[in-house]
Amino acid sequence: MALPGKPLGEQNKLMTTILLIEQVLNGLQFGVMLFLTAAGLTLVFGVMGLINLAHGSLFMVGAFAAAAVAGATGSFILALAASLAAAAAAGALVEMLVIRRLYSRDHLDQVLATFALILIFSEGTRWLFGSFPLYLNIPTWLSGPVTLPGGIQYPLYRLTIIAIGLVIAGGLFLLISRTRLGIRIRAGESDREMIAALGVDISKLYTIVFALGAALAGLAGALVGAIQSVQVGMGEPVLILAFVVIVIGGIGLVKGALIGSILVGLTDTLGRILLPEVFKLFLDPSTATSIGASLATMSIYILMAAVLVVKPTGLFGAKA
Amino acid sequence: MKLKSLFAAASLAALATTAAADPVKVGMITTLSGGGAGLGIDVRDGFMLAVKQSGNTDIEVVIEDDQRKPDIAVQLADRMIQSDKVDILTGIIWSNLAMAVVPSATAQGKFYLSPNAGPSQLAGKGCHKNYFNVAWQNDNLHEAAGAYAKEAGYTNTFILAPNYPAGQDALTGFKRTYGGELAGEIYTKLGQTDYAGEIAQIRASGADSVFFFLPGGMGISFLKQYADSGVELPVVGPAFSFDQGILQAVGAAALGVINTSQWNKDIDNAANKAFVETFQAEYGRLPSLYASQGFDTANLILSAMAKADVADQDTFRAALEAAEFASVRGDFKFGPNHHPIQDIFVREVIQEGDVFANKIIGTALTDHGDAYAAECKM
Repeated sequence: MALPGKPLGEQNKLMTTILLIEQVLNGLQFGVMLFLTAAGLTLVFGVMGLINLAHGSLFMVGAFAAAAVAGATGSFILALAASLAAAAAAGALVEMLVIRRLYSRDHLDQVLATFALILIFSEGTRWLFGSFPLYLNIPTWLSGPVTLPGGIQYPLYRLTIIAIGLVIAGGLFLLISRTRLGIRIRAGESDREMIAALGVDISKLYTIVFALGAALAGLAGALVGAIQSVQVGMGEPVLILAFVVIVIGGIGLVKGALIGSILVGLTDTLGRILLPEVFKLFLDPSTATSIGASLATMSIYILMAAVLVVKPTGLFGAKA
Repeated sequence: MKLKSLFAAASLAALATTAAADPVKVGMITTLSGGGAGLGIDVRDGFMLAVKQSGNTDIEVVIEDDQRKPDIAVQLADRMIQSDKVDILTGIIWSNLAMAVVPSATAQGKFYLSPNAGPSQLAGKGCHKNYFNVAWQNDNLHEAAGAYAKEAGYTNTFILAPNYPAGQDALTGFKRTYGGELAGEIYTKLGQTDYAGEIAQIRASGADSVFFFLPGGMGISFLKQYADSGVELPVVGPAFSFDQGILQAVGAAALGVINTSQWNKDIDNAANKAFVETFQAEYGRLPSLYASQGFDTANLILSAMAKADVADQDTFRAALEAAEFASVRGDFKFGPNHHPIQDIFVREVIQEGDVFANKIIGTALTDHGDAYAAECKM
């Protein structure tokens, strides 16, 4: 990878800067993907006060729907549309059949019931699609790297994910701050009984919010499925991270979810790369790699703990 | 009266000596649900195919799902030993589950035949006369990958594996036979799905090749992202990431990748040909590495049953040690620590019509045992 015509020290420095910028982009992309999952989770939690462990299953539903449609039609756009539709439909159905009965129950009941939903979704998906991972790939018109200013080679698909994520984040802000639906969602967050008394069909509103959150998770599943493995259980690791995100950002806040996601994405990606390097300064490489890797796994939880010490309700949470 | 009871006792004794016809009860604990279910299902299907083909009605198999959880595997093993009264246990896919079940099962006088997991602890100091591994010792395929990298003339390889015991064994195994410089060595998070950061490091490292051990979904994710990143260094890995069950999910991103395996569907012997054909006919998919291991495990048990009664442990064990069955890998024998001594092949991922599969292009290691056999005192 040596670049001609420049002294070695300068080359190394250039290389390190390029690597660092690339890693920041990676962290940003990871964060944006997390945001799509966390946004739905935080809305559901904020508006309905519901802890939905099955949110990761909706992520999986989106990925499987996309893989099935891409396999049948060969179109990635149709696959994305299918992921939105399938996850929204699954979300609406689950809300009407199960979740609706849980709003008045305490959180333990909600956790138990939505945990049961995880198992039902997982085994149901296995029953439909089998136990082996499915094929879903990046469409050719989005594949391969592009060269960014400064000579950075970066996959076009990841740039697209960042763009889609930011557009959706913008859309969500407009939806919540500028539209009638947004006013109702915010009203539902602050006083459930009052908006019901004002004649808003609260149960329809809940179904819409739930389906919206599910659709975003499903879209995230489909986008990520193209560069990862579409398999049963793929939603659970994402679910844990999404919970960390909403705790950091403040429960119920889309802005908090966005900032929290990007913080978690950057911390996780940069921690994985930088911590082993830091330990290499005073330990032998193989011990440094292994200690650095272990500590990097913890980095986002350490971040969460630190945020909670300073601001117990999250970065943007109201005072408790 | 006395004569009559004497006669009864004699006939009972006679019954006992002809008890070779007593059915052998096999308890299979394997992963049939959750993320790693594909592996357990392949082992089970391969095993049951061999049992079905043998037409032997003296073998009874109890199958249970461990959900990839050590505590559940232990409960199942206890139940199988105490209430089902099995003679032989088998089936476990993951090394951490094997470590939880095998020592206590063998200490209770049961045979354990591993169709997959081969942790170093059970090959070295923790070996046991009733423990047999029919697949490989965990390090074996990685050692073969190291040997291949050395032979291919790579001198600056970048290596990565998940941060857990089998991942550490993998990098140790690779380094044992490779001998060149390392451009970098990374432990990733277990279950990690995004490898953008690692791929960027590979790009910046100036490596001439990449070795990785990322089983299951982790490997699928890595390969797809690697193919899309524009880094074009040659990739070497153990068979686990290029197995029949996941190749279709990786797709064209895996084409041309070199991987090491003790089995492939094109190994030229009668047993293997028949296995590949009948497996496809029975289950409608190509067999995987894991299916071949399940198939061999069942045939090993059947071969020992033909020679000895499982109740007579010493003779049965000797029959297992002899390993006189037609392995789908060709030559097969056990080393002193009951782990295979076998050839490990180099395979390349190819496309056959619209199916992705592997083709053997050479042999990485011949009659290869493992590095822990010397520590084993049975």
